[in-house]
Amino acid sequence: MSTDSTHGTHSAHVAHHFKDASQQYESGKEGIWLFMVTEILMFGAIFVAYAIYHHAYPDMFAEGAKSLDWKMGFVNTLVLIFSSFTMAISISYIQKNEQKKAVIALGTTVLCGAIFMVIKYFEYAHKFHLGLLPGKFLDVAGVGAEHANLGLYFGFYYCMTGLHGLHVLIGMGLITWCMIRTMRGDFHGQYWIPVEGVGLFWHIVDLIWIFLFPLLYLVG
Amino acid sequence: MAGHTSNDPNVLQPHISPMSIYLKVAGALFALTFLTIIAHHFNAQLGALAAPVAFVIALVKASLVMTWFMHLKYDTKVNRIVFACGFIFLAILFFFNAFDVATRVFESSPL
Repeated sequence: MSTDSTHGTHSAHVAHHFKDASQQYESGKEGIWLFMVTEILMFGAIFVAYAIYHHAYPDMFAEGAKSLDWKMGFVNTLVLIFSSFTMAISISYIQKNEQKKAVIALGTTVLCGAIFMVIKYFEYAHKFHLGLLPGKFLDVAGVGAEHANLGLYFGFYYCMTGLHGLHVLIGMGLITWCMIRTMRGDFHGQYWIPVEGVGLFWHIVDLIWIFLFPLLYLVG
Repeated sequence: MAGHTSNDPNVLQPHISPMSIYLKVAGALFALTFLTIIAHHFNAQLGALAAPVAFVIALVKASLVMTWFMHLKYDTKVNRIVFACGFIFLAILFFFNAFDVATRVFESSPL
């Protein structure tokens, strides 16, 4: 019974209905990709709705975008990109059986998610304070809106960033779960599919923000 | 078990991307984010091109994330097709909605 240095005593535990370890791995990932398709379609539908209403009221959307602080969105973009980077390297650390480094990378990812949410909180609090609320709740006279239907823009703003923020929170929970399991020694160079799946989810969250940032903050 | 050989069906042979690739991709993503902001400051000069420029940069960033961070470059063909399906159906949704909006005839009420 010999074990080589790269795989240690860990094994992939191939279930009997799979041909081999790599088929088992790719099948697991396929399920995650299918879930990612539902994510693309869910956010995609809101993007299409945005496009339709933007087509109908381009000036109102421009006014809405001007009322957002692009610096906040910009910092959040950098934070999310960095967190995607740390998520990606955590997987390569686990693959190389460097669990300690992986735990640090996963912890940094959760921290970045928290920073993102704190910045988001300040943005929301500021808007609530000004009366920039969605739909009929928007204080048209108070904010001095040029367009009476500016609430429509903020309906999209809160819907899109809120749904995205919910994904960030869920992602933070899932990454924490991966981090605890990595500390327990559940993941190693032969088994890390849960981390890979959570990683794909986190990258999707980043991907959606990459489009939300120019859409809401810059172009309008 | 006489050692793990490359054709052992119970052993996974993962593709481990080197750290340098992740650093390069992260660097490119940061640079493109700065580029988005720089382009934003020339919005007046860009005019109608402002939005396409911002979205093309976003598209480049998205493809970098998908290719390298999400490991689509090293994934199986079937997984790539599965993911592409999401975007294909999104394009269908967009196409028919755009078609609908563009072909509507404005009618004002005679009342």
